[in-house]
Amino acid sequence: MTYSPHTDADRAQMLDAVGVSSVEDLFADIPAAVRASAWDVPAPLVEQEVRAELARLAGRNRIPEVSFLGAGAYRHLIPSVVGEVIGRSEFATSYTPYQPEVSQGTLQSIYEFQSLICELTDMEVATASHYDGATATAEAALMACRLTRRTRVAVSAGVSPDYRRVLETYCSGPGIEVVTVPVRLAEGEDGTTDPAAVQALDDVACLIAAQPNYYGQLEPMRELADAAHAAGAQFVAVVEPTSLALLEAPGAYGADIVAAEGQPLGIPINFGGPYVGLMAARMASVRQMPGRLAGATRDAQGRKGYVLTLQAREQHIRREKAASNICTNQALMALAATAYLTAVGPNGLREVAELSMTQARHLAGALESAGLAERRFGGTYLNEVALRLPNAARRHATLAERGIVAGHILERDEPELRDTLLLAATELTTDDDIARLVAGLEQTR
Amino acid sequence: MSYPDDLRYSKEHEWVRVEGSRATIGITSFAADELGDVVFVELPEVGATLSQFGTFGVVESVKAVSDLYAPISGEVIEVNEALRDAPELLNADAFGEGWIAKVELTDTAQLDGLMDAAAYTAETA
Repeated sequence: MTYSPHTDADRAQMLDAVGVSSVEDLFADIPAAVRASAWDVPAPLVEQEVRAELARLAGRNRIPEVSFLGAGAYRHLIPSVVGEVIGRSEFATSYTPYQPEVSQGTLQSIYEFQSLICELTDMEVATASHYDGATATAEAALMACRLTRRTRVAVSAGVSPDYRRVLETYCSGPGIEVVTVPVRLAEGEDGTTDPAAVQALDDVACLIAAQPNYYGQLEPMRELADAAHAAGAQFVAVVEPTSLALLEAPGAYGADIVAAEGQPLGIPINFGGPYVGLMAARMASVRQMPGRLAGATRDAQGRKGYVLTLQAREQHIRREKAASNICTNQALMALAATAYLTAVGPNGLREVAELSMTQARHLAGALESAGLAERRFGGTYLNEVALRLPNAARRHATLAERGIVAGHILERDEPELRDTLLLAATELTTDDDIARLVAGLEQTR
Repeated sequence: MSYPDDLRYSKEHEWVRVEGSRATIGITSFAADELGDVVFVELPEVGATLSQFGTFGVVESVKAVSDLYAPISGEVIEVNEALRDAPELLNADAFGEGWIAKVELTDTAQLDGLMDAAAYTAETA
């Protein structure tokens, strides 16, 4: 297809068809007083000037040489096949299919994605995806309210502070009360959610807990699920998908709804995304799930085909009574996750998770044995660890100047966690990275 | 189309059959035909309190999803469990095996505000 801009003749023909004499006439109903008069925009640039300007702006980015930043987004190796698949024009340029059945390839890719998420989480049905982990978590809470016909939700303080803010926003409209269940943060405690605090809750639609939690700690998910169920509530597990190659699957410990950020599955870390939200649940709850669902079926001639199914839940059918007023999915990022999971396979994902865990232990061990830091919590961690060291914020800033991002400063989220850094490792964290961090901290002692 | 004479009907196309202080409720054959093939019925919970003309469930067909509006007020004492696996009973036998719930009536005077078969026939003509 060639690109052809509108010519003056085209414009004249269109104006003639609508019966006006100029483009200006189309805006005649808008009073002059409220119209923009002059636009204060710079003069046009030629291509090489645009390139130079963009290069200058890009030069202001500070790209660290070494980073231990995680706190919800994780840098993993992305096999080249992922970019190759999502770069295909059939996928890259197509928007959500509004005439879905003619887009069999898109629907199949969504169906494969859903199948992989079900396998990963040990759940029965997964959605076509959501914006990100935070919105998937908030949608899970609303879904639990519909299922239980209750209007309070409980969330562990071990769920990311960002997710909890999004949850508050989603709950503010329908008037759902959000109750925060504390995490044991005191000296000598293990940084996990207290199941006893959960038992005190009644009349909540759900308990939301994260595994691993925001502080990197492994939660007693089975006990939390039991406590939620004892209160007649749904248990919403917020998980890190890579970790599921090592940890018990949410379906096995009694999760009713699973929400997750899918970024670690083949999506680069980007400020502002695009990321992808994952959600999975039990088939008995499927009519209360939000967003799109692709299903497999057979056509009149017995051939396998794909459809968008159970659309009566969606806002283009039910409007104000839809399960969600957001049916947008992150199809391209979901496809990236599909390509990633297919490329690495179950064994590859397990290697990624094991290496990440091993390198996090190297990291913590190196800092502890050098007398530079100590673990803030007891209990067990996976690939992210909270470490305490003197003057953490000041040294973090100094190291950042030297191209080393020493994780996330937890005091920013939780004042009780003074001088505590949250450091993440993945399979891309090298021994040399760890040595540079140790040296940097030695020099700022 | 004719409708059973022993039932009362609402403008929202629900019917009610009174037996003493109790009543059985469902949707009319007219409503079922208009909806098309019913694929799912969300039933109320036993013990739920219905208020007249308030929503108490959902019926989903291949072409639409509609709320169920209670024709009378009362407390749900039984629901038609068969509809969970066989929602098509609403199409096959709307006034019989396709009943939706049984309720303990709280205000029998509300029945006076509902239509009889003749009035409902005129309503749907």
